[in-house]
Amino acid sequence: MTMAGFILIAVAAFFFPGIILRTKSIASGRKGPGLFQPLQDVAVLLKKGSVFSSTTGLIFRIAPSVTLVSAACAMMLLPFAEQKALLSFEGDFILFAYMLALGKFFTIIAALDTGSSFEGMGASREAFFSMLVEPAFFVLMATFAMFTGYTSFSVIFNHFFITGNDYVLIYSIIGAYLLAQIAMVENSRFPVDDPKTHLELTMIHEVMILDYSGFDKALIHIGTWLKFTLYGSLIYNLVVPAGWNLFLKIGLFFGVQALLAVVIGITESFRARNKMNKNPKFILTLSAIALIGFTVILILTDKLA
Amino acid sequence: MMKSNLYTEVKNGSSPVNISDIPVLDYGRFSEEVCTMLTEERFHCLSYFCYPAGEVMKFICCIADDGSGTFRILSHEQTGSAPLLSLTAKVYSMHIFEREISENHGVMFEDHPWLKPVRYPHYRADRQSVMDNYPFYEIEGEELHEVGVGPVHAGVIEPGHFRFICNGEKVLHLEIQLGYQHRGIERLFVDNRAGLRNALLLESEAGDGMRRALLAEDIAGDSAVSHGLAHAQLTESLALFEPPASLQAERCIALELERIAVHIGDTAALCGDVAYQLGQVACEALRTMVINTTQYWCGNRFGKGLIRPGGTNFPVTELIAGEILTVLEEVDRRYSNVVDCVYTLPSVLGRFEDIGVITRAQAISIGAVGMAARTCGVPRDIRATHPFQQYRQTPVTAVMQESGDVLARGRLRALEVKESVKIIRRLIDEWRKQSVESGQPRYNLAYRPDSLAISVTEGWRGEICHVAVTDHKGRLMVYKIKDPSMHNWMALALAVRNQEISDFPVCNKSFNLSYCGHDL
Repeated sequence: MTMAGFILIAVAAFFFPGIILRTKSIASGRKGPGLFQPLQDVAVLLKKGSVFSSTTGLIFRIAPSVTLVSAACAMMLLPFAEQKALLSFEGDFILFAYMLALGKFFTIIAALDTGSSFEGMGASREAFFSMLVEPAFFVLMATFAMFTGYTSFSVIFNHFFITGNDYVLIYSIIGAYLLAQIAMVENSRFPVDDPKTHLELTMIHEVMILDYSGFDKALIHIGTWLKFTLYGSLIYNLVVPAGWNLFLKIGLFFGVQALLAVVIGITESFRARNKMNKNPKFILTLSAIALIGFTVILILTDKLA
Repeated sequence: MMKSNLYTEVKNGSSPVNISDIPVLDYGRFSEEVCTMLTEERFHCLSYFCYPAGEVMKFICCIADDGSGTFRILSHEQTGSAPLLSLTAKVYSMHIFEREISENHGVMFEDHPWLKPVRYPHYRADRQSVMDNYPFYEIEGEELHEVGVGPVHAGVIEPGHFRFICNGEKVLHLEIQLGYQHRGIERLFVDNRAGLRNALLLESEAGDGMRRALLAEDIAGDSAVSHGLAHAQLTESLALFEPPASLQAERCIALELERIAVHIGDTAALCGDVAYQLGQVACEALRTMVINTTQYWCGNRFGKGLIRPGGTNFPVTELIAGEILTVLEEVDRRYSNVVDCVYTLPSVLGRFEDIGVITRAQAISIGAVGMAARTCGVPRDIRATHPFQQYRQTPVTAVMQESGDVLARGRLRALEVKESVKIIRRLIDEWRKQSVESGQPRYNLAYRPDSLAISVTEGWRGEICHVAVTDHKGRLMVYKIKDPSMHNWMALALAVRNQEISDFPVCNKSFNLSYCGHDL
């Protein structure tokens, strides 16, 4: 049963991009591609070979695999409901964050490896924005840790509703909001980045993977999908209490994932993207919200004194 | 036609001028006259070129006077290769013309800031000058980096190379190197080589006329009607042919339809560049409705084949006029809704407002024309100041914006679409009053010998100027084309200074300049 979280996240990942696409198509009144189009695209890419620029080296070639593996490792740390995660120990959320950071780090140095001025620019933006969003995640996790008194995902989420604190609902909502926003920033979606643009000068994440093709590109895509559902799974654990019926929980799990995808799709349909120099402010706001939550918990749990 | 001892004055689309009637000034006087005129805001230079006339090199300068609605033609002649004192030092907007003259004919200009190559024509004076050794402006600095974009465009539109010098995300300088699309169009107009004609299976005289009409439409694909009309008008002017009123009205309808279609398409693209999906898809659908109407009329969505000298293959019928009015009614209504939504949405305004600002002073100094000029309060609209075709009877007022940013360029498009719909309604009313048939195209119009004619139209981008000079047998000797992009590319380069490099695409799209129109 400890595999449950791992498997569910992987299964949800395959539907995630399709739901975003469908939402955007419906919102814009287009017929649009089907739910499984992204899967078919990746299936085609997986069959293809990769082309490498002669200026790139080893780093560029191993980066996609490292990104995918790091996402998979992060998956092992996430529990599903009251089930323990595959890997669970005190302070495992730090490993979770840095597993994802490791994948990002490799994407960034691989982008620098190409020697292209575009990719360098994208890498610098990605590094900057990731750096800014990191405090938001850690402050949020610290809040949960302090709230429950534990430092491991599995135990934190198991104790979340049992503490019998009325403020938990508020924290679930703020937590869900922050995690959804962090997921969008980390995955280079709206309003920070636009995955659809063809303009290299405005790209953040897309420009870093411009030089990839075929099999490697497929790995990168799958890694991105997994990252989405990782955060979706965190949100699920936050809002759905442990101890409910298993089938209901599985249903809810996919419900939460689909809802996250729909929210992303709708955001991307009805607004424009941020101006680049507005992004740091936007991301810092997330950290600020997390900090406010942290302070309020400090006061509520009388730990300030 | 008015004459003074300094220049000849003509109206837009009027009968041609005898070459011998244009006063020839000595260079000092010429330079003084041109500089005095161009420092005044109501004058701007349409075209400045030279051609070998026997022993001498003859220079012709056409200047538009927006106040009186006339064009002034000045000339000077040079023998030998002594360098001339550059006009650019005093009037900055002349830089592109002097660079072009220098590249094509090897004429040197003293005190010109930098006589860079423009488009590397096959017959250029300096064969050593090639794409690969283009002299880019450089700034040294530890903290600066250069970003080169192109020549292959990410969206595979047209080729052009952009070289940014940036400090972090901020652009200090942008240099635009064009010329990749050069096809030698001006020379093709003049060449009478049988090969090309035979390839098109055309007969001699008429063949050349048709070949040129086809060429004119291909100068810039998005301005097929505007360039086609400039050429047709020039041809008719050289042949002293007055088109019937119904034909004039039809041509103006086509021109306005082209304007509406491109403006709506640009609104879609602007939304796309800031990733506002809803605005993009809504406008794309509307643009399709407009270009499909043009297709219903002439069989081509971009109006190719519609404008011909002396007549038309696709006269407007009551059925077509009705269709145009019905479609425009709906497009107008839906487009108004969309732009209301687009230009009030905070996230979109945040991307458009105060981005890529061109000041009024900058616009005047670089000689900006058309939309680029009108968005910062410089009223340059040939339809209003130098009316041609049916606009002489159906006056147009220039739509203006003041702020000179991306938002102004977006809003100007929205307002111009509304205005164009009204203009088309008036034109169709005018057209209904006409009883004379438009007639078939005349490709064999005989040109008046030893003459110079100017024809200027207002395409959606701005003024398009075609100038032709004929020899003693009435054959074309010189054909000069000026697309508004010639001036306005510099506006883009200025607009992105001190902006973020990530805002370049939206600035670029807001001008939407032509690569092939510039490169010819």
